[in-house]
Amino acid sequence: MAVVRGFALSALVWGIVGMSVGLVIALQLAYPALNFELGPLHLHFGRLRPIHTNAVIFGFTLGVVFAGSYYGVQRLCRVRMWSDFLSRLNLWGWNAVIVAAAVSLLLGKTSSKEYAELEWPLDIAITVVWVAYAVNFFGTLARRRERGLYAAIWFWIATILTIAMLHIFNNLEVPVSWTVWKSYSLYAGVYDANIQWWYGHNAVGFLLTTPILGLMYYFLPKQVGRPIYSHRLSILHFWSLIFLYIWAGPHHLIYSPLPDWAQSLGTAFSIMLILPSWGGMLNGLLTLRGAWDRLRTDPLLKMFAVGLTFYGMSTFEGPMMAIKTVNSLSHFTNWTIGHVHSGALGWVALTSFATLYYLVPRLWHTTLYSQRLAEVHFWVATLGIVLYVTPMWISGVTQGLMWRAVNPDGSLTYSFIETVAAIRIYDLIRASGGALFLSGVLIMFYNVLRTVRQGTTEVPAPEAPPGAAVALAGGR
Amino acid sequence: MAFEWHRKIEARWVLLTTLTLLTVVVGGLVLLIPPYFLQGTVEPIEGVRPYSALELEGRDIYIREGCNNCHSQQVRPFKTETDRYGPYSMAGESVYDRPFLFGSRRTGPDLARIGGKYPDSWHWIHFRDPRQIEPRSNMPSFAFLEETPLDTSLTRAKLETLRGLGHPYGDAEIENATANLQAQAAEHVAALRKDGLALGDTEARSEAIALIAYLQRLGTDIGWRQRPLRTALVQEGR
Repeated sequence: MAVVRGFALSALVWGIVGMSVGLVIALQLAYPALNFELGPLHLHFGRLRPIHTNAVIFGFTLGVVFAGSYYGVQRLCRVRMWSDFLSRLNLWGWNAVIVAAAVSLLLGKTSSKEYAELEWPLDIAITVVWVAYAVNFFGTLARRRERGLYAAIWFWIATILTIAMLHIFNNLEVPVSWTVWKSYSLYAGVYDANIQWWYGHNAVGFLLTTPILGLMYYFLPKQVGRPIYSHRLSILHFWSLIFLYIWAGPHHLIYSPLPDWAQSLGTAFSIMLILPSWGGMLNGLLTLRGAWDRLRTDPLLKMFAVGLTFYGMSTFEGPMMAIKTVNSLSHFTNWTIGHVHSGALGWVALTSFATLYYLVPRLWHTTLYSQRLAEVHFWVATLGIVLYVTPMWISGVTQGLMWRAVNPDGSLTYSFIETVAAIRIYDLIRASGGALFLSGVLIMFYNVLRTVRQGTTEVPAPEAPPGAAVALAGGR
Repeated sequence: MAFEWHRKIEARWVLLTTLTLLTVVVGGLVLLIPPYFLQGTVEPIEGVRPYSALELEGRDIYIREGCNNCHSQQVRPFKTETDRYGPYSMAGESVYDRPFLFGSRRTGPDLARIGGKYPDSWHWIHFRDPRQIEPRSNMPSFAFLEETPLDTSLTRAKLETLRGLGHPYGDAEIENATANLQAQAAEHVAALRKDGLALGDTEARSEAIALIAYLQRLGTDIGWRQRPLRTALVQEGR
């Protein structure tokens, strides 16, 4: 429980750090004077952007995933974690990695590969911590006192295996020397791009989708007090989702020098992905069947429901953007950033917030300090997402259309700088959406701290009732 | 009940884990193995050679400062793109790019064909203050590059590492890495001074020189530009 508490709090702190950096870099786009130097540190967009993405993905989201999966797997298996030592190693090792990541990225130690920027010493450290998590998780499964493994666990298993595979193969690199944080990729050029987007797309699939589905599969039915809508749908969409996801990476390289057949496979599998993605959304939303009235009063269910809706929206938008014709307009524009954030803020963050709101009172044996503040958080966050994503659509399409606009004589209508100037206003609106979203997290942080203060870590936790797993999986 | 067979998988964690692994491996094998053996993907096209010592150091500065977060290096095969930037990017051009730097967002313009488009002095002024050249630019100032001396202590080790990975550097190139680097830097310094920039000793040995050398090299191997610019046109008339 101490490790779950640790991850819950560290995740929130990293969320605040990562989203604050996100707000700063959004403003830097509109006000270049905000790129500044602080002593030896160069705080400009190029160095800060990876800190934003690493902090929110690996610090915040994975922190919630660790907290939720440690909490969930013990209850679904009705057994304590296999090794307290490995749990603690996971908590402290992981947070040490994130601190080192932030510092090394500030110092310009980067491999430049998106969402895999960290240099080789940290790649090794991540592997060690991840293996500790995997051994602990599987050790717990081996000792479980519950026969059937519930769907949430399948998704966490897929996460553990796939992330290990992706992380290791994408980060194969040769250090220039064993004493410097500089390495060259084992792969070059187009082949490196192929590996990177196999990794990059599946980091979305297996860090921002499957483990969050695991959280949804455990915590949503718990909060509603009903089993998941359909066990059969869980089976269908789990296997099809993890099979199809891996193939979709080349949609990041459409119209690149990657062989055409690979690009086409990426497009085809991206479109097929709509089905299993919506299977997950529907299984979640239909679990609320007969309990929709509770959305009026329960901010957690609001977050789960809107989170699932954003999941459905962005998993429809993504396949559309993987179609060559659409991609020729959307690629390299703000549309991509907007798409990522409708998934990241709408689906990942809202589901993570709901998970934390569920966990924190239980971890400190008390009730949430303020339901009302959680309600405010929900509305502020949702409004923030809308204010973020909408201008990104507009500016993305604007930029895409301006880049391709031609005069009657066939010459280009706009210079590049005109397309930069045209989207400045949307960058500002987007920053205001980000600011709202961040203020929601600050409200949550206050609410959580008050809850922690009024609670206690002393009282032994009441065990989950026997058969909890069966109850969750007991749907159709 | 249908899907009753699945209960058997759910009751066996090793089986479930194994099947999950097999399921996620398939797509990766299909996408990652064949391209490795496709010549068009991994072989250089004519004229493409590895980066010089100075250009490589410049490239590593480009990576360190995260330029790839705002600049792509991948021209797509559309007329509007080739009109704006130059010939579309080909696979055989990036075989010495470790890592690749295609990028994913064009906050600034594509740089795959930037080499020879502007004189060195344009880049020098643009790094110092992008808004002096384009008032609407939102690019950060990189003035500190011209005050930071280029660290060449690892240059040789870098070339050796890349040779180990198959980049065709000769023994002499590795032996004389630092001397070659300084000679190439001197050419750029001369071009900058010719354009009227007063470079002191610090500036002449700075990271900005390496970055300019890298940018001037980008996309030029296929020899598409009729007249690459090294110094400003007005100066060339002398």
